[in-house]
Amino acid sequence: MSHEAPAVASPSFAGPSRDGSRVPFELFTRADVFAREQEAIFRGPVWNYVALEAELPEPCDFKTSFVGDTPIIVSRAEDGSLHAFVNRCAHRGATVQRQACGNARQHRCVYHQWAYNARGELVGVPYRRGVPGMGGYAADFDPKAHGLARLQVASHKGVIFASFSADTAPLEDYLDEPLIAAIDRLFSRPVKVLGHMRQRVRGNWKLYSENTRDPYHAALLHGFHATFGLYRTNQKRKGGSDRARAHSTGVTFGDDWRQASQSGNIGQDKFVTNYSLAAPSLLEGRPDFNDGVTVSITSIFPCLVIQQIMNTLATRHIRPKAADEFELYWTYFGYQDDDEQMTACRLKQANLVGPAGLISMEDSEAIELIQRAIVRDGREDSFLEFGGLHADLDQDRQGEATIRAFWRYYAGLMGLA
Amino acid sequence: MTGTASQAYDAIRALEYRYARLLDEDRLEEWPNLFVERGVYKVIPRENLDRQPALPIFFCDSQAMMMDRVKSLREANVYNLHYSRHVVSNIEILSARDGIFEVAACYTVYQTDLEGQTRLFSVGQYRDVIANGAGELRFQEKIAVCDTFNIPNLLAIPL
Repeated sequence: MSHEAPAVASPSFAGPSRDGSRVPFELFTRADVFAREQEAIFRGPVWNYVALEAELPEPCDFKTSFVGDTPIIVSRAEDGSLHAFVNRCAHRGATVQRQACGNARQHRCVYHQWAYNARGELVGVPYRRGVPGMGGYAADFDPKAHGLARLQVASHKGVIFASFSADTAPLEDYLDEPLIAAIDRLFSRPVKVLGHMRQRVRGNWKLYSENTRDPYHAALLHGFHATFGLYRTNQKRKGGSDRARAHSTGVTFGDDWRQASQSGNIGQDKFVTNYSLAAPSLLEGRPDFNDGVTVSITSIFPCLVIQQIMNTLATRHIRPKAADEFELYWTYFGYQDDDEQMTACRLKQANLVGPAGLISMEDSEAIELIQRAIVRDGREDSFLEFGGLHADLDQDRQGEATIRAFWRYYAGLMGLA
Repeated sequence: MTGTASQAYDAIRALEYRYARLLDEDRLEEWPNLFVERGVYKVIPRENLDRQPALPIFFCDSQAMMMDRVKSLREANVYNLHYSRHVVSNIEILSARDGIFEVAACYTVYQTDLEGQTRLFSVGQYRDVIANGAGELRFQEKIAVCDTFNIPNLLAIPL
């Protein structure tokens, strides 16, 4: 009997429709889908955002992060090079680094004191040669074979990505031109991290990926702009995508918000009111760029969103935890040359975004509302035809074509196409 | 404790309890009145204390800004339907000078959904500056430092 490779079992779950307009609910709920995503997507041929270089500026600085649900350490070695490795001891599997961030020449496991350097290489094993009457490893024990599992690392303009797969295209090819331009715009000057925000959402991570590729909901779910006379639906939008249609980036050219409030509000009826802010200092900033863009949202498959909303700048790292849970981890930043007034302005505008954000708090609630309702009927579909079924993302600044593109790319990686 | 100090403590405790009760009774419009006009309210994730100034996730530096937040919660924002329960304990006066008190307290906030299920939503510490003016105590500053800095879903009602 010959040994044949076992046939790859065809999945017992359904995929999105070919055009991406129908998505079975079971893709958001099933543990086996989640497990396959960890292998086929997060450990597949993609670049996962893991940290900003500004979070580890000095030699031996580190930060713990995640690739999918796998805990990792992102580290800068003595020579300044960047490294990423799984935060799991090669001996018995314990978490090695327990701090969120810090500076360490060695990462030492508390269980049996195995120690690793800033590149994840094993550099210390207690009693390796044994002591009289006890323990020790064989003479051929090779520390090089027992380092922490390493990931590929690439950084563009200080945004660090990691990949488990050796087959991943070079980072700049993976991102492609419009996305590189979007990153270059926000990271053209050295950034300064101002802090973090976290929220734990009882929903599937892909619901957030959809949310950030969905201009349809913006003025319908989020009422702050319209309520205070700050939003006009005729604001000009522009967008772009990579060739593979995995990512998306979009900008909105804003009027001056205070002018908008005086010239009348033509937003959704639901929110039309005569209110104006009693404390307009919330929105008093000065433009960071001279291009007239007030909002820029860039979604990079599978787990990164980069935002500029007025003077708020942040990366949002989607960290999946289970089929029905993810963490949204915000790294909020400014520029190193910000003066005190600009920093104060960014701290005040932080009110707009994050878990208590005046213009963003609705998103996680919408996601939880979906997750709560799709407990059964897994073969019924989410319906994505707003704006028609065309695939022209440039024409579709208000429709659902960008979400459909996400699902086609997802289906390809998952073997569901 | 002298009579005066004991009276001050009682008055501070009454202010803290009133703060909790107004929020739990959904009397959000009265919440800014517990602050002085230029009062400051912040919610700061504990992990952000390492950096100064610490990044808040909720920040008002005047009564007017608090009223905007309340107006937004009432008219604009969509958030999880729930009842909140603020429990304030371990109230301690850290310093008292010229009618201004530095106060630390612990808070616990529970949320109960419309199915009657309760969860611990947030626990942390209040760091307050309370001023005595015109016979009434008000917050000059109230900072809620969240131990629970991984916010379950979202934060709408002030801590």
